[in-house]
Amino acid sequence: MHEFWILATASLVAISASMVGVFLILRRMALLGDAISHSVLLGIVGGYLLSGSRSIAVMLISATLIGLLTAWLSNALHRLGKLQTDASIGIVFTLFFALGVILVSLFSGQVDLDQECVLYGELAFVPFDTITFGNLEAGPRAFWMIGLVFLINLGVLVLAYERFKLVSFHPALAISLGVNVAFWHYLLMTLVSLTTVASFEAVGAILVVALLVIPASSAYLWAKSLKSMLWIAAAYGQASVLIGYALARWLDSSIAASIGVSSGLLLFLTLGILQIRKLKQKTYVDHSLKAEAVEL
Amino acid sequence: MNSASSASLVPLDFWVLMREFWSFQDANVLWVVVGSMLLGIAASVVGSFAFLRKRSLMGDVLAHAALPGVMTAFLLAQTNTPWVMFVGALSSSFLGLLLMDWIPKNSKIKPDAAMAITLSFFFALGLMELSYIQGLEIEGKSGLDKMLFGQAAAMLPKDIAWLSGVAVLILVTIGLFFHKFRLIAFNRVYAQTLGLNLAFYELILALLIVSAVVIGLQVVGVVLMAAVLLTPIAAARFWSQRLSHLLWIAAIIGGLSGLISANISYMAPAMPTGPWMVVVLSLFFLVSFLFAPERGLVANARALKRLRQQVQEENVLRTFYVLNERHPSHHADQALHLDKRFHQEDILANRAMSVSVLKRTLHRLVNKGWVEQTPFSITLTPAGAQEASQLTRRHRLWENYLIEQASIDSSQVHLQAEHIEHLLTDVETREIEQTLSGASHDPHGKTIPSAVGVTLEKPHA
Repeated sequence: MHEFWILATASLVAISASMVGVFLILRRMALLGDAISHSVLLGIVGGYLLSGSRSIAVMLISATLIGLLTAWLSNALHRLGKLQTDASIGIVFTLFFALGVILVSLFSGQVDLDQECVLYGELAFVPFDTITFGNLEAGPRAFWMIGLVFLINLGVLVLAYERFKLVSFHPALAISLGVNVAFWHYLLMTLVSLTTVASFEAVGAILVVALLVIPASSAYLWAKSLKSMLWIAAAYGQASVLIGYALARWLDSSIAASIGVSSGLLLFLTLGILQIRKLKQKTYVDHSLKAEAVEL
Repeated sequence: MNSASSASLVPLDFWVLMREFWSFQDANVLWVVVGSMLLGIAASVVGSFAFLRKRSLMGDVLAHAALPGVMTAFLLAQTNTPWVMFVGALSSSFLGLLLMDWIPKNSKIKPDAAMAITLSFFFALGLMELSYIQGLEIEGKSGLDKMLFGQAAAMLPKDIAWLSGVAVLILVTIGLFFHKFRLIAFNRVYAQTLGLNLAFYELILALLIVSAVVIGLQVVGVVLMAAVLLTPIAAARFWSQRLSHLLWIAAIIGGLSGLISANISYMAPAMPTGPWMVVVLSLFFLVSFLFAPERGLVANARALKRLRQQVQEENVLRTFYVLNERHPSHHADQALHLDKRFHQEDILANRAMSVSVLKRTLHRLVNKGWVEQTPFSITLTPAGAQEASQLTRRHRLWENYLIEQASIDSSQVHLQAEHIEHLLTDVETREIEQTLSGASHDPHGKTIPSAVGVTLEKPHA
């Protein structure tokens, strides 16, 4: 049963992350996704210290606020301070993450977090932290949290699919059609924040970046349409979870880290296959050119 | 981790520890301070060049990429000797650099995604190895997790010796190649036409960045090393625009934050150093961003306010001029006397301006001696009349200039002149006048006031 909960949680994390990751890749905002996944730590710790509660609602709200603040602040620094975009992102998220880590170490007795957990998450411990409704044990907290976020992501995606598509592929057209691009941008950032905070307990702040970016990038290499990219990214995510889990069992290493590694390995495998195919095509063309030359 | 209890001891221990630290009697403390400062200086100087090359987050990727190298080196050599760790970190960081550049060149994945991929994959690999190592029975593995967030106080003399050596080497190399790096940073194309071996110098710069990142691991840690490379130069940018000044300022900020974080690490040994260093750096950045003279946010806002006030004052003066011109007692063939009395309503009818703004502007004009105000009327003083006619002169000359030289339609020129009249200098006005054919009237048929000045009769009693 434990194994089931771990795998179910991990696969929900992977699928939610790949859903928003696809749009991060298409909109070339991979680094902003990276930044938000770091800052979310400050939101979690801050929300806990301020409200004294570890309820799912508090965590989701505080992390969303800090995620949006990161996106907004980096944009403001870029405009007001005339700094390059990536520099302003870098300054904001390193500060937020540093503050988060400091708070974690200052209040490690009170917050149910430590530096290790920030980095790895605690996928192996997920089954032990359960939610109960009355007398009924309903399964792990982390599972329900990421399940909720998965449904939110899915709902937004289904409802606003066309808009997201328009904004991702033709931002200029979207503006000229009167679409509020800023709204969709910040909605995407909200989804990123929700996904990272819900994944946080399972895989930690930094490894969620791997799941946001890597499966979506692998899918980007193959996919011919947005829909297929979403499906392929989800499939890559699931494969990474299964391979990563096996890897972790074999080496007795962190499950989350192993999932991150296997998603990377799958990407490199894909890159390798494409590279070989390109090479073959090239030699084929060379050969046929030579053959033609001989015939002539 | 026992920091919660050490926090409660603060009042008593705090000053004792503080004095111990700043007296530098403990040779170890001195070494940690020297090491941290050298690291801060070297990293911020190297980071400046990455920033200028618009690759600010490269340091982030390279720092994360160093982690699996450290772990692999430890697994292979089963020791945590500094040079083994250094070689391991250097090679995997360098692999990360290659991967980061290779992916976007050989596939459709974009550079920013390639950075995020490299960063998260290497970091995951490093964490996987670390968790694997922690399950093994090997000596010396306890210091490895300090690489994540840094622990300046836990550094051994041999670590510091390495760190300092590499930092000095980095600074010397930059000193040697300063002119080349500057040329490449600011004008790549020109550097190429001069026959400079770009690939070679970029390789050197990349090596320097990688080395700075690697020696930073023990002080700052993998996760936040990026900030030490990036934040000092970003802060320095608000103070100067000359590269040599920028580097010095960045170096000072980097060095100071190294010193302060060494102090914090000494005071609270259980705390990770990296996050504190980043907070200190961010404070330097915040102060620069807000309060730097000329380029800071406050200075900018004040300059903007001053400009807005000047525009308001000049607009009111010009309105006086126009009102005088339109006054029933003035005939087109006579000399213009700028001595008529007006009310606030007259001005408001001719300028889109709120009453409160007008009142404040008039107050400033009175203080400058350009306007005389009685409870019933407002009049220009001789100095104010001079100013108003010069402004009008600029405005009308520019209108003529736009029509003659830029062939802009006469219905368009007024708005353009409204903006430029506040900015034109005397010299420019004279130049414009020389290029013009010497017309005495503006496109709307109004007389252009002379440069000498205007006659102003004393207002009749």
